Amino acid sequence: MTVGTTKAIVIGASAGAVEALLTILPKFPKDYPIPVFVVVHVPPDRSNILVPLFEARCKIAVKEAEDKEPVVGGVVYFAPSDYHMLVEEDFTISLSSDEPVNHSRPAIDVLFESAADAYGAGLVGVVLTGANQDGAAGLATIAEAGGTAIVEDPTGAYSAQMPTFALAACPAAMTMPIEQIASDLSVRGNA
Amino acid sequence: MRPNIEDIEVELLLEALYQRYHYDFRHYAKASIKRRLVQACTQLHFSSISAMQNALLHDASTLPRLLNYLTVQVSEMFRDPSYFRAIREKVVPHLRTYPSLKVWIAGCSTGEELYSFAILFREEGLEDRTIFYATDINPTALHDAEAGVFTLDRIQKFTENHQKSGGRSSLSDYYTANYGRAVFDKSLREQVVFSDHSLVTDAVFAEMHLISCRNVMIYFDRPLQDRALGLFHESLLRKGFLGLGSKENLRFSAHANDFAEFDRAEKIYQRLAA
Repeated sequence: MTVGTTKAIVIGASAGAVEALLTILPKFPKDYPIPVFVVVHVPPDRSNILVPLFEARCKIAVKEAEDKEPVVGGVVYFAPSDYHMLVEEDFTISLSSDEPVNHSRPAIDVLFESAADAYGAGLVGVVLTGANQDGAAGLATIAEAGGTAIVEDPTGAYSAQMPTFALAACPAAMTMPIEQIASDLSVRGNA
Repeated sequence: MRPNIEDIEVELLLEALYQRYHYDFRHYAKASIKRRLVQACTQLHFSSISAMQNALLHDASTLPRLLNYLTVQVSEMFRDPSYFRAIREKVVPHLRTYPSLKVWIAGCSTGEELYSFAILFREEGLEDRTIFYATDINPTALHDAEAGVFTLDRIQKFTENHQKSGGRSSLSDYYTANYGRAVFDKSLREQVVFSDHSLVTDAVFAEMHLISCRNVMIYFDRPLQDRALGLFHESLLRKGFLGLGSKENLRFSAHANDFAEFDRAEKIYQRLAA
């Protein structure tokens, strides 16, 4: 088992994200030791509704990421709307208002690529449901850096497009139905 | 762990940029700067960041092209309309009490925020008594700001933002549409001084009543943020205002105690007595 070596988890989701994440994040135990970064595509002019929604249903801490914030284990960090979220090599979070990537800000690729640099083989990247191709390039970068790539089974996903593009870009990725992703991730804290 | 080759190349290029041209990006947040350099490398057709560094040192035409990747921010006019509404409704009443005003748009890039302020100040009847200082480190961006030309496809969003910010006029009063471009009225620039200025290496600017610097310091590391905030503190009159981007704040800064929160949600601060 390699579960004890996981240093961080990054998750990207778009259309159908809330339901998929509700299957995963509430499964994490209260003393979960790993930081979890989540990018969900949300409209730019909406203040972030995700944090209150998940805070009420999760056992672990949930917050909107802040610029320059040191990363702490056992916290789910959501990217704020209209900003990219990046992880620095000193394990702090950076936000940026660089132009949208894949028509998205926040973009999954931006998070995945920066986290791959910061965590290398200790990173687990997960691409969930979505109707675009964000996350595919980033997932390939994670795999190249020695990290673990997981993709939601497109046949069961609310929207198959994002998982399908991710699998095409990163053939090494493991494909799992959403419930299995939830149980896989939730035991990664058990060293 | 050995640092990867790209990280070494990034550091060397930033050092070369500083030593040769005095543009100092060495204290920018690393993840974004690396992303931008990789993007520049691909789009400018260099085989590696080292190859780009070679061109930077030996081919003068490389610098402006690279700077556009490293600095230019695509913004919107009246971006975050609630910020401009707070300026209009809460800050402007204070500014009215001064016979003359100085406003600094720091890191103005291609001018979207500058024109937003110029229009807001005209609507509020403050324009004639105001001098705007619009500064940036990128000469190409400053040149674009001075031209005041934006593509028409962006105008719908600008117009929506302007209305949401409490605009008292129609944005179309301020530009002429021409060949797919909106050319903003040059009278909006009569009170503006454009200037090359770096928050990283340059000194205090002038005694300001209001400084707006949004989504610029977010790219700085903590010590550099502190330097810029110190510069703003020294450049503001007592009780002068400082407006930051919606995800920027002073909470973790060495200068947290030099400013009071004026509008917490909109990230508007007020300078305390020295």
